[in-house]
Amino acid sequence: MTFALRNGRVLDPSQDLDEIADVIVRDGRIEAITPVGAHPSDHEESAEGLLITPGLIDIHVHLREPGFEYKEDIETGTAAAAAGGFTAVCCMPNTNPAIDSVSVVRHIIERAEAVGVARVYPIASLTRAMEGGQLAEIADMQAAGACAVSDDAFPVQNAETMRRGMEYCAQLGLTVMTHNEDQSLTKDGAMNEGRTATLMGLPGIPAIAEDIGAARNIIFARLTGCRLHLLHISTSGTALHLQRAKADGVPVTGETAPHYLVLDETACEGYNTNAKMNPPLRREADRTALIGALQDHTIDALATDHAPHAVYEKEREFDRAPFGILGLETAFAVGYTHLVQAGHIGLNDLIRLMSCAPASILGLPGGTLKPGAPADISVFDLTECWTVRPELFRSKSRNTPFAGWDLSGRCRYTLVGGRRIDV
Amino acid sequence: MDSLLGLRQTSAADIRRILSTAISMRDVLERSVKKVPTLRGRAVVTLFYEASTRTRTSFELAAKYMSADAVNISVAQSSVTKGESLTDTIRTLEAVTADCVIIRHPSAGAAHLAASCTPVPIINAGDGRHEHPTQGLLDALTIRDVWRPDATDWDLSGLIVTIVGDVAHSRVARSNAWGLTKLGATVRWCGPRTLIPAGADGLPITVYDRLSDALDGAHVVMALRLQTERQERGLLPSLREYSRCWGITASSLRSAHPDALVLHPGPMNRGVEISPEVADGRAGHRSGIGEQVRNGVAVRMACLYLLIKPTAEGETL
Repeated sequence: MTFALRNGRVLDPSQDLDEIADVIVRDGRIEAITPVGAHPSDHEESAEGLLITPGLIDIHVHLREPGFEYKEDIETGTAAAAAGGFTAVCCMPNTNPAIDSVSVVRHIIERAEAVGVARVYPIASLTRAMEGGQLAEIADMQAAGACAVSDDAFPVQNAETMRRGMEYCAQLGLTVMTHNEDQSLTKDGAMNEGRTATLMGLPGIPAIAEDIGAARNIIFARLTGCRLHLLHISTSGTALHLQRAKADGVPVTGETAPHYLVLDETACEGYNTNAKMNPPLRREADRTALIGALQDHTIDALATDHAPHAVYEKEREFDRAPFGILGLETAFAVGYTHLVQAGHIGLNDLIRLMSCAPASILGLPGGTLKPGAPADISVFDLTECWTVRPELFRSKSRNTPFAGWDLSGRCRYTLVGGRRIDV
Repeated sequence: MDSLLGLRQTSAADIRRILSTAISMRDVLERSVKKVPTLRGRAVVTLFYEASTRTRTSFELAAKYMSADAVNISVAQSSVTKGESLTDTIRTLEAVTADCVIIRHPSAGAAHLAASCTPVPIINAGDGRHEHPTQGLLDALTIRDVWRPDATDWDLSGLIVTIVGDVAHSRVARSNAWGLTKLGATVRWCGPRTLIPAGADGLPITVYDRLSDALDGAHVVMALRLQTERQERGLLPSLREYSRCWGITASSLRSAHPDALVLHPGPMNRGVEISPEVADGRAGHRSGIGEQVRNGVAVRMACLYLLIKPTAEGETL
């Protein structure tokens, strides 16, 4: 059985491709990219006027299952992913129970196969129950299908634990993904330390807490040879540490999220808890530095840190509201409107940052339309202008700072292993 | 004005209006029978999530002097201990037809959150380290009485007000920075760098490192309360050293204006941020500390009067 997506603009940064063509799919894999009409097929669909890209991959999401299904679950989280053009997501281990055992890894993979509309790759915790002490059974979880290891949300503070964890993961060839924060500097912090926090009377989270955490973790990567991936970079200082480490040949990569590129700390004004996340929105100077770090390829990838929370959890005192915002359903359009149309990066760059680059960081399948690759494909209408209306989200939660924003570019549908997922 | 959440958002015109109304309210307080029927049939609720003596008492008396029914909710005895959210508590108070809710809360922005979920006027009686607008207003009234008693336009330009101490954690310092500068005064902040917030340049103040420079020529010197737990959090070596370096004493006041007015928002740690002689006005300078408390009642009466529509039969001032 062959299926053809005909006459679309096929953009695949993994093979420097940007042309009007047909994409031929056979048995769930990419068969070929051919001139329009050159290849017969059993079924076909016109993609005229649409953009065809490798399925987007988000290596940093919180699906909340098991344990916090009132915020999100695998079914709604992957539906949100599909709506945003993602065909694969990596889910963070801060569930309840945490992803710290083979049984939870298997549970997530089975649930995703049963109800998911995007591929789900579980990320194992580094330490048991994410408590920062004893190492979790990482090798077993790797064998069960965990794609990486992370301490996201509960960054390991003890340097000895971090060193041993990275030595262990180096041997397994697993990438350690770190939320970079020295928590002795961030106690009670609610937003970026600085002018806006002082005006609002909120305790600050200094940028240096992230810089110090990132510098420490880079030192361990240099020592152990463990591949390190810096999660959600929000400061110019961390970007600088990343740039220097790469120049020195340290095996380190980094991501940032769309919100750090289009918002700054002033989005918290009015005690807007939908602009509260950790790391926090920083100064305007950090925002522009991060755009520069995307342009010079210091930052390798975009990820959303999709972090659903119930409305009642966010509708409370700012300092008591949980950290985190949604991302899956707005990331592409925010990037297209505010990075590509604004002239900061090319469309090719945006797709690279959201497909082949994240796939390459964790060695995931996908992120490419090369023959033989899984037929994970996203189809976008770049001409569609739409207004972000959280009440229409596929996610169970509504916590986005982009409510009411007018954006360009929207996913029409995706293919996951050749299976069409309608938005 | 729908609510009084902070002086940052309050216009200079509204500040002048509240202060002028407070002058009329002081006349009421000087009567032998301190009661007017202005707010008869209105209900005022004080909702305090933090301990308070002077602020809460003065709001309650302000309401009672204007014949409103005043109800105090202390959180220890309320359904908050059963886990009720702030927004649900506010909606409950709206449902029982409160005409004004006065809220004190340890979280910055709590009053904004309360105002966002109800049409009932909200008065912020202190939210975290953010603002304490009625304190800023009563300080402005106290300063005007001493330095510009005839200024009906509330013009405080030319006056230097120096606020000394733990400004990082002080809502009083922030409300005064906005309120006093909107009336034309110059505001200086001074204290150990560990107690000066990052990004203080976002406020209309100047930060001074040396106390003698900060006090140079100051018409008003305000000492802030030093919480003893600052020492435990590693922000200070000792209260003794703090007192020696930053305490307001007869000796440190030498560089201030000879007629400087000394203020303190209370409650005081005598011998720490302020010496007993200075607090009691026995050091050759004027102490306005008692006057601050008296003015607090008048200012709070003015705020209630302007935020709550008086009843039809209520007497207008």
